[in-house]
Amino acid sequence: MRVLGGVAILQAGWIAVSALVPRKRTTQPTDGPGVMIAGPLERFEPGSVTAFGDGRFYLARLEDGGFLAVHRKCTHLGCSVPWIADEQRFACPCHASAFDIHGDVINAPAPRPLDLFPVTIENGIVKVDTGRLIRRKTFEPSQAVRA
Amino acid sequence: MPENNTNNQRFRSSLILHLRPMLVPARAIRFTHTFGLGGMALVLVLLLMFTGILMMFAYEPSPERAWQSISSFQQDVLFGRLIRGVHHWSANLLIPVALLHLLRVFLTGGFHGRRSSNWLIGLATLFFILLSGFTGYLLPWDQTAYWAITICTEMLGLVPGIGPGLQQAIVGGSEIGSATVINFYALHVAVTPMALIVLMNWHFWKIRMAGGVVLPGGPTDDPRNAYRSVPFKPDLLLKEAVVTVVLIALVLVIAIVYGAPLGEPANPGISPNPAKAPWYFLGFQELLIHFDATFAILVVPLFVAVALVSIPFLSYDGEIAGDWFLTPKGRRLAIVAAITALIVVPLGVLIDERVIGPGGWLPGAAPLISNGLIPFAFVLAGVTGFYVLIRKYFAANRNEAVQSLFVLLFVAFAVLTATGVWFRGAGMTLVWPWQM
Repeated sequence: MRVLGGVAILQAGWIAVSALVPRKRTTQPTDGPGVMIAGPLERFEPGSVTAFGDGRFYLARLEDGGFLAVHRKCTHLGCSVPWIADEQRFACPCHASAFDIHGDVINAPAPRPLDLFPVTIENGIVKVDTGRLIRRKTFEPSQAVRA
Repeated sequence: MPENNTNNQRFRSSLILHLRPMLVPARAIRFTHTFGLGGMALVLVLLLMFTGILMMFAYEPSPERAWQSISSFQQDVLFGRLIRGVHHWSANLLIPVALLHLLRVFLTGGFHGRRSSNWLIGLATLFFILLSGFTGYLLPWDQTAYWAITICTEMLGLVPGIGPGLQQAIVGGSEIGSATVINFYALHVAVTPMALIVLMNWHFWKIRMAGGVVLPGGPTDDPRNAYRSVPFKPDLLLKEAVVTVVLIALVLVIAIVYGAPLGEPANPGISPNPAKAPWYFLGFQELLIHFDATFAILVVPLFVAVALVSIPFLSYDGEIAGDWFLTPKGRRLAIVAAITALIVVPLGVLIDERVIGPGGWLPGAAPLISNGLIPFAFVLAGVTGFYVLIRKYFAANRNEAVQSLFVLLFVAFAVLTATGVWFRGAGMTLVWPWQM
């Protein structure tokens, strides 16, 4: 009886898990619409930050001309961080975390820099792959993409 | 017709009224013995089920349709606004009522011996009540709902090891979206109500098996021999009817006056400032401001859960039960504990915020140590010191000392929750409630 009961529980659990899994697979494509064209290189001034993709990420052009696509989600508790141009920083409204133009942490409690989307530059056109997020521990100049 | 009448009567007396004993001890049905909190929780759950089923006929669980379907339910359906208001306020009342019921059972020692299993069933019920509130919070899909659930699921993701996987499973993707709504909807309308129906019936049956509400004289004594008994009908029935009617009237008045809030539709691009978890989880969000995530979201909740579960199984100096605070000394020590928590916790919050700051106690060290291990060890030492003080200086027995410690932690968590609700303004900085 116990063995049968165990088998029944295993079966029920297996059915429950498989009911959850396929739906996740079908929703995955909607998570990232894939590669997005941001625009021609020269449209972005060095030292500027532009919001994109309904605000899903910011395209930051560093003073040296490098590009970073910074995810808008605070690494602390997931709030959307607005870019405050006057103070040259991303300021999280929820717990006062702040990040510089590289997405690097200026103010705790955020535990790590803002995540990045991969940037590519083809024929002078900046493209961002919003389907893949890159986590990082600190900002390194090699993360910026240059023409 | 006379035969039919007796049949009817026999049916009523055998089924409905046999949910209760024919006679109950007069001592047990004093209002101040239980404050009717368990019964209130049942009434609120029934109100929630009734109004919840009505709303299920209108609600559409998808990010595109959810907000609109609730908005039109409130505007176009007869009593729609009232039905949602009753649901909202019953849910918000159920959590404090259930917590106060837990407190009442604890403070009258109703967890010893054969009541110990029912303490655990009660805790499981509380878990599903919280899960029910949490999953229902997202469904209106307004800004408050979206960001509160974002905060909570991200908090879960901060748990080392299993956190990110757990977050992924609950959210059903990398961001809150249609998969999250479906997950929460299924949990809210099927899983938690079914669990609550089973657990609550089990809970009530266990109370009957233990001889009713806990009374002085030890839970193993048969209270029917020791106390004057009164008939269930009308003595207890009348009191229960009064509590039920007054409670329903209260919920109706609040629902009519305040309704249920429905803010702007969710906008994943703009976080409100401040962004807060549902109020009953703000104690944890407050902890997160003071402690490293590993401690605030994993170690402390684990401690709380283990402590609550182990309450019936600690070693005590006998099964003292039935009177509020167990003994007169128990009452004094509970007051000492409550006052201690009311002074120490706000001071601690202020000192950590103004003096120590976000860098922690050892600004150079890793946050896990400087913001986690050190302050946690400090708190643990303080709590242990308090227990030793109560035992040695006040010469309390184990029952009184454990009770005092429980009151200390319960009030401490209540103060943290109140801080999160009323004293955290824009950017989660400390403000006065009237400055928010």
